[in-house]
Amino acid sequence: MNRYAVAAIYKFEMARTKRTIFQSIISPVISTSLYFVVFGSAIGSRITEIGGVSYGAFIVPGLIMLSLLTQSISNASFGIYFPKFTGTIYELLSAPVSSFEVLLGYVGAAATKSTLLALIILATAHFFVPLEIAHPFWMLFFLVMTAITFSLFGFIIGIWADNFEKLQVIPLIIITPLVFLGGTFYSVSMLPPFWQTVTQFNPVFYLISGFRWSFYEVAEVSLMTSLGVMGGFLALCLLAVTWIFKSGYQIRQ
Amino acid sequence: MIQITDVNKVYASGFQALNNINLSIKPAEIFALLGPNGAGKTTLISAICGIVDATSGQITVDGKDIVTDYRHTRKLIGLVPQELTTDAFETVWTTVSFSRGLFGKKPNPAFIEKTLKSLSLWDKKDNRLMELSGGMKRRVMIAKALSHEPEVLFLDEPTAGVDVELRKDMWQLVRQLRDNGVTIILTTHYIEEAEEIADRIGVIKNGQLILVEDKIALMNQLGTKQLILDLKEPLTEIPANIADFNLQLKNNGLQLIYSYDATEEHTGISVLLQHLSVAGIAFKDIKTDQSSLEDIFVSLVKETT
Repeated sequence: MNRYAVAAIYKFEMARTKRTIFQSIISPVISTSLYFVVFGSAIGSRITEIGGVSYGAFIVPGLIMLSLLTQSISNASFGIYFPKFTGTIYELLSAPVSSFEVLLGYVGAAATKSTLLALIILATAHFFVPLEIAHPFWMLFFLVMTAITFSLFGFIIGIWADNFEKLQVIPLIIITPLVFLGGTFYSVSMLPPFWQTVTQFNPVFYLISGFRWSFYEVAEVSLMTSLGVMGGFLALCLLAVTWIFKSGYQIRQ
Repeated sequence: MIQITDVNKVYASGFQALNNINLSIKPAEIFALLGPNGAGKTTLISAICGIVDATSGQITVDGKDIVTDYRHTRKLIGLVPQELTTDAFETVWTTVSFSRGLFGKKPNPAFIEKTLKSLSLWDKKDNRLMELSGGMKRRVMIAKALSHEPEVLFLDEPTAGVDVELRKDMWQLVRQLRDNGVTIILTTHYIEEAEEIADRIGVIKNGQLILVEDKIALMNQLGTKQLILDLKEPLTEIPANIADFNLQLKNNGLQLIYSYDATEEHTGISVLLQHLSVAGIAFKDIKTDQSSLEDIFVSLVKETT
């Protein structure tokens, strides 16, 4: 194991967060807080409780997931895309590092950053809504595993992208709508039967359900189903990354 | 130090960038790889460094295969690419330290300091790369390549776009590294660069290595010499008694040029001078000139076209 290389990549990526703290931390915390205020006040005055949980508290896990997913993807995709864009990837390709070590550095840093951000948002939420965490271990488990899985997904996007627009397409066009339609602001049981069926095909719905369960023991599907979907997506991402490194797709000629 | 055996590279587009390359690089030598644009110089370097996968053949560094023993071989290699590819927002210190870590070396601030000082970068260590001039960025690229104390250094067009002073500094640095036991392979468009610092020269064209030779031997073998006589009176034509010599009249008949092979035992100079004396042709100055590496390179590339 080239631990110095892993540490170098990890530190390099973490240093970028420090340099761009407004964009990386402050901006997502402010925008998520606005969601707490606007949605919590506007809709919360009409829907007081869902499943015995106050509306303001109900939306917190989903909004944390929204930031966690988008930031994990954004951090990891930018981390690997930028060296491709500037040409500095030559150094990574000529260094004595294995694919696993490269992943460990980039995905590890991206997951660390988004997990820290999610914890800051969680702490901020305390100022707006009364929160309780019924299962802290499971809450952290969901947080960390989701961050790793979607950082891997972001890494794949960063490899695939050959321009800055492509970097933004999947988080904006796919992930954000999936989070909004995955039960962040409502219980799926409130939807008409047809849309309830459609929601079953949204993988983010299972993540939000499992994450929310760790807070309030209120879930739309069983914990095992949520874990299974998350594990399945993680396995898919790992398979894709393995193929990318073996084939050299978009990296090595 | 480096052994390249039957290496071919065909890109996905079908373009064959390397065609059956065989080459052996000796330890602690400066090997200059010359060739026109698109000849395959950068592809060859990229294949040795692991940036490009060879389609077939084998490359070993320090006796180890670059694919199966990549950890060992890549640790030995430092690369300065042709393009000035830098992380614009990083400082000189962090980017050079990053490179050292990436190549598996534990942090050593004293060594980084020494490297930066040797490249006149110490006073810029806290500057972001975007604030540096092109020449300074080139020095940073070299510092990054040297940060993990490599035994082999690849310099791909190292002095492209740098001023004369910096170019001479770099030549000095390259010689120093060679004297310290580092093997150096450089590609260049500046023939004078190869002529100045290389121990051996390779010429590549259309992906084929058309020549590998010791520089001095190459210049001796292929270099024709010229004897230039500045005449007192102009000649309208070459006199019949010296017509058999390889002569040219230039400068309105005021300059008589004799081309000869310097490696021959009898160059014919003394006989020519006797004949000139007999013919009553007087001259006021005499000098010799030898083909430069550039002449040799141009003639080689033309020959294989």
